[in-house]
Amino acid sequence: MNALLHGRLTGLLVMGAVIAILPAFLPNNFYLDIAILAGFNAMVCVGLNLLIGYAGQISLGHAGFFGIGAYASGVLAGTYGWPPILALLAGAVFVGVLAFAVAKPILRLKGHYLAMATLGIGIIVSIVLRTESGITGGPDGMMVDPFKIFGVELYGEKVWYWVVGALLVGVVWLSLNLIDSPMGRALRAVHGSEVAAEVVGVDTARFKVMVFVLSAVFASVAGSLFAHYAGLITPAKADFFKSIELVTMVVFGGMASTFGAVVGAVVLTLLPQALTVFQDYQQIVLGGILMATMVFMPKGLLPTLAALLPARRRA
Amino acid sequence: MNMLTTPELAPDTAAQARRVGPPILKVEHLSREFGGVLAIGDLSFTIAAGDIHSIIGPNGAGKTTLFNLVTGVYKPSGGRVLFDGADVSGMAPYKLAARGMSRTFQNLQIFFNMTALENVMVGRHLHLNTRLLPALFRFPSLVRKDREARDRAVQLMTDVGLAKYVDADAASMPYGALKRLEIARALASEPKLLLLDEPAAGLNATESREIDEVIKTVAANGVTIILVEHDMKMVMGISHRITALNHGRKLAEGTPQEVASNPDVIAAYLGAAP
Repeated sequence: MNALLHGRLTGLLVMGAVIAILPAFLPNNFYLDIAILAGFNAMVCVGLNLLIGYAGQISLGHAGFFGIGAYASGVLAGTYGWPPILALLAGAVFVGVLAFAVAKPILRLKGHYLAMATLGIGIIVSIVLRTESGITGGPDGMMVDPFKIFGVELYGEKVWYWVVGALLVGVVWLSLNLIDSPMGRALRAVHGSEVAAEVVGVDTARFKVMVFVLSAVFASVAGSLFAHYAGLITPAKADFFKSIELVTMVVFGGMASTFGAVVGAVVLTLLPQALTVFQDYQQIVLGGILMATMVFMPKGLLPTLAALLPARRRA
Repeated sequence: MNMLTTPELAPDTAAQARRVGPPILKVEHLSREFGGVLAIGDLSFTIAAGDIHSIIGPNGAGKTTLFNLVTGVYKPSGGRVLFDGADVSGMAPYKLAARGMSRTFQNLQIFFNMTALENVMVGRHLHLNTRLLPALFRFPSLVRKDREARDRAVQLMTDVGLAKYVDADAASMPYGALKRLEIARALASEPKLLLLDEPAAGLNATESREIDEVIKTVAANGVTIILVEHDMKMVMGISHRITALNHGRKLAEGTPQEVASNPDVIAAYLGAAP
């Protein structure tokens, strides 16, 4: 757990090992499917954690970026027959430009105002996806063809499990690199004290915009791949509740901890499945668990557990 | 405040004999009002390169407002600030930092979400590669420079007497150490001009004397210092020149001895005699 939180390579190795041996314990495709969904959520949360956990900004609209990525792939690769990788990149570029354009004015806002502004973006995206039914299929959603690259078609849970697992390791690696770099320190400094960061030369506005764009692009890429994996996408994947779910995962797992974001995403993807045994009371039990975690572990799951271990050292 | 007139503060002959450097900072007719209340009014003064120049005045005299105006945290209502000959009035703090101006804060502004060493390493920001792609893919050149920055930050922490806190979380450090951490972080940016806002506030006598030494060493290395401080023993002991403010206006200016014996300054501190 120590290594999970603070060791760069050790943490990656542990995570890689868990991903590698996990399928041996998963009896069928239903469980693989849940693991894959957890992996997609984890990818988005690692990016979102850069924004929320490290840079101290909030976004309640990230499902919107996930949705744009998903629909860019659905529409460009499906309706217009683009190669899926080009559709994915086009979606990522579009989301990057859109995030940049909205970040400039809204990241000057703080706290509740920033939350409201990002909430607005998410809602607008969700409305467009619901109403432009000629392009998006409306509330019923649209079918998406499998991902094809270099003539190979990615199909089935067994293949996607390894694709998502490898991508998650890559995304975590990028995040760990970023945080332990001059730019990463600048981001954390923005969280710590904007004015103090400014007087040693950090252009705080620029870094806030950059991390917002970066986390939006992470969400978009995950959305594109998800669309191809799931084969069916609906506007629900881009709506307000999905955005809240993503933020909850980041906070639950532990803010300002890359592995915390992964753990939060995995646990909160599994938990609703595990709680189906409570039938009608499932939502109540889930809510109770979330509340108890935040009351007794305000720093989130992983940092709290790591702090329990003795001789905690920073890598 | 009776320290102003204690006889042990003999004229600082060293300060009087030293050569006066070229102006590094000029403040011309600077003013700032908050909702009709004048915090700084028609203030002009010049800081010579290489000096330790103190700004004194009773509480509410406008010292911190002046710092915020000079460092770009506030925009002036009127007048201008010239740094190294260029008009920098109202320029963003990060741009001023790139021109060689940094500061510390009266109320601590520490990155409590980082280690002490990382706080100082943020101070190296201007001298490092802060672009996204090299960071994401950990370019070897970035890693090498980062290692140098780490060594440099350790050295700076040692210089200000924080060697034992190198691995500490900033949040776990005592107040006096955090005061020095701010100085180390500001020095890491290699400023030409360093503004210190009450570096000795809340420190005991021993700690204050240690800060004295740190400031003198920094000045001896060629950094111009503007100091706001209430500890008159420190101000009188290390300043080359002093500007006294009251109600946002200049009351007196000169060597420590001249200012200490100025009747207006004594009146402002002790209450005017009729």
